[in-house]
Amino acid sequence: MVMMKTRVAAAAAAAVLVCSGLSACAGTSSSSSSGSVTLSLVAYSTPQAAYEKLIAAFQRTDAGKGVTFKQSYGASGDQSRAVANGLKADIVAFSLEPDIDRLVDAELVDPGWKGDRYQGMITDSVVVIGTRRGNPKSLRTWHDLTRPGVEVLTPNPFTSGGARWNILGAYGATSDKGANPADGAAYLQRLYDNVKVQDSSARASMQTFTGGKGDVIIAYENEMIFAQQNGQAVDYTVPDSTILIENPIAVTTNSAHPTQAKAFLDFLHAPDGQRIYGENGYRPVVRGVGGPSFPTPPHLFTVTDVGGWSKVNKELFATSNSVMSAIEQRLGVATSPAASPATN
Amino acid sequence: MTTTTPLAGSGLRPDPAAGDAPAEPRARQQRGRPRVGPALGLGTAVLYLSLIVLIPLAAVVWRSQEHGFGAFWSAIRTPDAWAALELTLVASAIVALVNLVMGTVIAWVLVRDSFPGKGVVDALIDLPFALPTIVAGLVLLALYGPNSPLHIDVAYTRISVGLALLFVTLPFVVRTVQPVLQELDRDMEQAAHSLGAGPWLTFRRIILPNLAPAMVSGAGLAFTRAIAEYGSTNLLTANIPLQTQVAAVSVFARIESDDTTSAAAISTALLLVAFAVLVTLDLVRRWGARRG
Repeated sequence: MVMMKTRVAAAAAAAVLVCSGLSACAGTSSSSSSGSVTLSLVAYSTPQAAYEKLIAAFQRTDAGKGVTFKQSYGASGDQSRAVANGLKADIVAFSLEPDIDRLVDAELVDPGWKGDRYQGMITDSVVVIGTRRGNPKSLRTWHDLTRPGVEVLTPNPFTSGGARWNILGAYGATSDKGANPADGAAYLQRLYDNVKVQDSSARASMQTFTGGKGDVIIAYENEMIFAQQNGQAVDYTVPDSTILIENPIAVTTNSAHPTQAKAFLDFLHAPDGQRIYGENGYRPVVRGVGGPSFPTPPHLFTVTDVGGWSKVNKELFATSNSVMSAIEQRLGVATSPAASPATN
Repeated sequence: MTTTTPLAGSGLRPDPAAGDAPAEPRARQQRGRPRVGPALGLGTAVLYLSLIVLIPLAAVVWRSQEHGFGAFWSAIRTPDAWAALELTLVASAIVALVNLVMGTVIAWVLVRDSFPGKGVVDALIDLPFALPTIVAGLVLLALYGPNSPLHIDVAYTRISVGLALLFVTLPFVVRTVQPVLQELDRDMEQAAHSLGAGPWLTFRRIILPNLAPAMVSGAGLAFTRAIAEYGSTNLLTANIPLQTQVAAVSVFARIESDDTTSAAAISTALLLVAFAVLVTLDLVRRWGARRG
């Protein structure tokens, strides 16, 4: 009885926790104001807190007076597919470029969306190595993660498009930015021998880590900062060689209010907007806006350096005949499905 | 008007007019008196079923055949999809069997025993239905994960797949067996007793045959619910392909990789299994009804 009540209370608390932003909780909410223009923002879930502050700040500017927002947050791929399938959006913000490319194919985003001076990007981040507070196992480099007995967490790249950043970071750093693909593939194979949980999203992976599982998590810098801001006992190291994560944003071609949507994007790129992103753990794409400073690793590279999205999606992440599909299958064969049900 | 929910079977609110074989006489009665009402009802039912269930299901099956049967079959036979289907079906079968026994025991306790707080427990049984399963996963993780206060850490293993499914499907057997047990004629048991039968023999020869159809259909519903489970298994299992990834998560991976045909193929495989199980159950129920 008491036990059951506790469980219900725990469940209720958990539900509140989940929907208050610790997990990808797709949903819409509208800011209340009596303006005549309502912009629909469809975004991936991690920057939700940042967007809530950004929208409030925008509404205090002249351009943003009277503009209200309908906001929808969810997994980047889900959100992109929803817009491609007809979800009304004026502004789309995703975690990676292929999710915008899907909308270019659907003729919902202008093919020239990368034409501005930020190449269509609104925030940056880097892939980092997250550890328990104090880094008790001193895990600092990509090669530390392949030491025997180290439990690594990273999301499943097939269920989380965003998780592909993590693999690209590890792959590029160990293959001289893709120049030696065999080295990169061999490294990923060793790495995945230590990967104990492949959650379906980056946020779920972080929950697994803060829930006590694993020694190290491969994550985005902004997620580690978010976890620290929420009081989690975690630290992180920016490896000397890692990938620059670039998050795209675009105005849709069928937007009913393109002028206001464009004005919002301009605000997001302005120093005030960029500083708010910075305070929420994202690296601004505009230099010198103030806010927290982010160290630039000596051997930072981009997805273009390792061949670009279409090449890596085919060679690394295709569901068959790719580096990652081979690694996943080898994992399955190594500890075959017939093994004991307690296989960890 | 007697509404028969699929869960309650025929027992929750017994229709005195229905007698021993509920459906048959009523149907005949209606055929004898054609009115606008039944035709309208039938039309509404068919239209509603089509819009809500049949057409969407057909669309999934159709989508899975977009690139022909060969592509359908090879999508199912990719090693990770096959392993996910295998894990899902085996785990669901085990879970259905465990709940067949434990659900019946719980129903028995709720009907035949009395203890303080029985009403509350009775109400709690349905909670797994109401709880979003991803929250169920979160709660189970807190109780049986790395920081378990009970020192039971089974998270991220295949056991946790079973655990999640057990929680989610518990109500099915309880709620199908309970009403039948309530309506069970105790005179039969007393007669058996007075003829010298012991409790075990009475249970085996009198009670079990009466309960069996409800038990089996409850277990079948639990099984079909389990094979589709996504939320809790998503959080509680390590989601490693070929090891702990269940079919529903594997479907999601196909969608995220923009391979909707494969996603539809795996879904269709699940649909076919669920359909086969439901048809089998119906046959078992009919067979049970004839025997009873």
